[in-house]
Amino acid sequence: MKTSARVAYIALISCVAVLAAVGIGAIVLVILGADVVQTYKVILTEPLKDLFGITEVLVRAVPLILVALGIAVSFRAGILNIGAEGQIQMGIISATAVALAWPALPKSTLVPLILLAGAAGGALWASIAGYLRAKLGVNEILSTVMLNYIAAQLYGYLLRGPMIDPAELQTGSGTPQSVRLPKSAWIDRIIPGTRLHWGIVLALVLAIFIYILLWRTTSGFKLRAAGASAKAARYGGINVESCLFFAMVLAGAFAGLAGAVEVTAVHRRAIEGISSGYGFSGIVVALFGGLHPGGIIPAALFFGVLLVGTDMTQRILSIPANMVSVLQGAVILSIISAKMVINDPYAREKFARRLSRFRGHPGGYEVKR
Amino acid sequence: MTALTIVLNILSIGIPFSVSLLLASLGEMFNQRAGIFNLGCEGIMSMGAFLGFMCAYSLQNTAMTPYANLMGVLVAGVAGTLLGLLFALVTVTFHAPQGIAGIGLQMLGTGAAGTLFRHFVGGVTGIPGLPNCPIPLLSKVPFIGPVLFNMNILAYLAFLFVPLSSYILFKTPWGLKVRAVGTSPRSADTMAISVQRTRYQALAVGGLFAGIAGAYLSLGQAKMFADDIVAGRGFIAVALVYFGGWDPYRILGGSLLFSIAQSLQLSIQVLGIKFPYEFAVMLPYVLVIVVLAFTRSAVVKGPAELGIPYDREKRI
Repeated sequence: MKTSARVAYIALISCVAVLAAVGIGAIVLVILGADVVQTYKVILTEPLKDLFGITEVLVRAVPLILVALGIAVSFRAGILNIGAEGQIQMGIISATAVALAWPALPKSTLVPLILLAGAAGGALWASIAGYLRAKLGVNEILSTVMLNYIAAQLYGYLLRGPMIDPAELQTGSGTPQSVRLPKSAWIDRIIPGTRLHWGIVLALVLAIFIYILLWRTTSGFKLRAAGASAKAARYGGINVESCLFFAMVLAGAFAGLAGAVEVTAVHRRAIEGISSGYGFSGIVVALFGGLHPGGIIPAALFFGVLLVGTDMTQRILSIPANMVSVLQGAVILSIISAKMVINDPYAREKFARRLSRFRGHPGGYEVKR
Repeated sequence: MTALTIVLNILSIGIPFSVSLLLASLGEMFNQRAGIFNLGCEGIMSMGAFLGFMCAYSLQNTAMTPYANLMGVLVAGVAGTLLGLLFALVTVTFHAPQGIAGIGLQMLGTGAAGTLFRHFVGGVTGIPGLPNCPIPLLSKVPFIGPVLFNMNILAYLAFLFVPLSSYILFKTPWGLKVRAVGTSPRSADTMAISVQRTRYQALAVGGLFAGIAGAYLSLGQAKMFADDIVAGRGFIAVALVYFGGWDPYRILGGSLLFSIAQSLQLSIQVLGIKFPYEFAVMLPYVLVIVVLAFTRSAVVKGPAELGIPYDREKRI
């Protein structure tokens, strides 16, 4: 297959995939009676119009990058971590607990300690699913989804019970939230007046770390080998089970870290709804970014725009913000379909044949696989 | 309260609770028997629940009122079938990985249901829902009568589907085809059974069941709609298929077990036992994980090609 035909093929399939995703969203918008073109325009351009919008996009991109990096590692290793949502919540809980337990520590010690605690919380939660998969062959998608529901209940219980702000009990309003974190536990903001914080630097550094881990170290090679072909990897002497476990724990640690960053840099106290779907959006970002840190960063920015944009459509056009979930679902379905079609050698060949016939060279193609 | 009334109370809540799980997992069973692992069940159920609710809600106080519930179930079933076919397009025609595709369909379905609900309805609104229809005479039998024979029509039908599904799966040519394409698609293909068509059909059936299961949740059980009405039942249904060893009767047992565990949570509150509410809600989810951990050996008996896309042109 000629390179030009190949490029044309990939471009064509990608265009069809984008159209399909946009089309599914459009169906829902038409049912709502909304102006489809204007809605998409608001979603994609409104967040980028001023400093506030742009910084908000970056604020959303931080947890998306962190979660997606972890998910990329787990997907590459062949274990599908759908439990980031619960792992984020566990990260928030442990980060908050550490911050409230040692408020007197200097900032230079406390902040790293909080981040480590968050990562440990997420890792521990993920290790349940990792262990069950590696040792007992339990389907990790089902177990992580169930752990999400369990984590949500545990989170609610802790915020309503043991971890509730005593002031809430005194005033009797009983909002489920923890005490405000001490100032020494805060991650500072980069631009005063906006919510943009130094967590973004951490996310970018960790993206480089994941790149090095996956493509420049032996353990990264083992992980990718286990995911690409478990049988071959096992034959090559790789302990696939421990790879799966390790990948899951690492993914959990990243999700927990995302939770810790959110609580110390953005909300500064544990409240309900901090995770707000980042765990699921992270999956979309990881897939959209091709499970590679270099793709995840732009993908996270794009989905940051999408998240802020759908918030804005809610305010401007009164289209519910749940719309983002529709778009994300449609994007997942079209990405994975497009990827399979692009990689299908027979479909590619058929296309090349059609193309050369169209150009007036019937049969003038060479078969190369 | 005597022990007997407590048990009867738990059963009378638990048995109707099992209907949505039962319908969804019967549908999922057809999918998995055909070799497709449909995690999108949750999303299909959400759409079914919303559409069932929406029909009943919008047909209130119109000439169509007597048929509102019927319309709701039908519309939910049709939408479920369509979503099942969408899943078939992605996983059967395009060979996409089924786990991720399922999560995509779940986000799509749950998101669309939530978006449409907030736009057209907004807040919590009750609907009359499906009325209970006690079976004459049988419902008067002491103790078991009110528990077993005082449910709505969809619940009776769901329990009838159990032997029916078993018959379809094990005694009809179509059932044999479904099992064949799930166990050894290549052999089925050699015997001129269209793997693609059979899988499409199985996914359509699965979608239909999941859609109706969703409609049961909003019309028969909660008699309202909320964003999180399905609350993981779609995923539990998938786990139940494993637990039930891909057999309708054992799936019935599994869904009864789970729904009774769920109704325990309500009974605990009624009895005033000091126990954090959140832990009671967790119980069914914990149970799923425990059950999956202990039914590992059952996986051996499952459809051999479960989750593997069939590509006719692929070399063995």
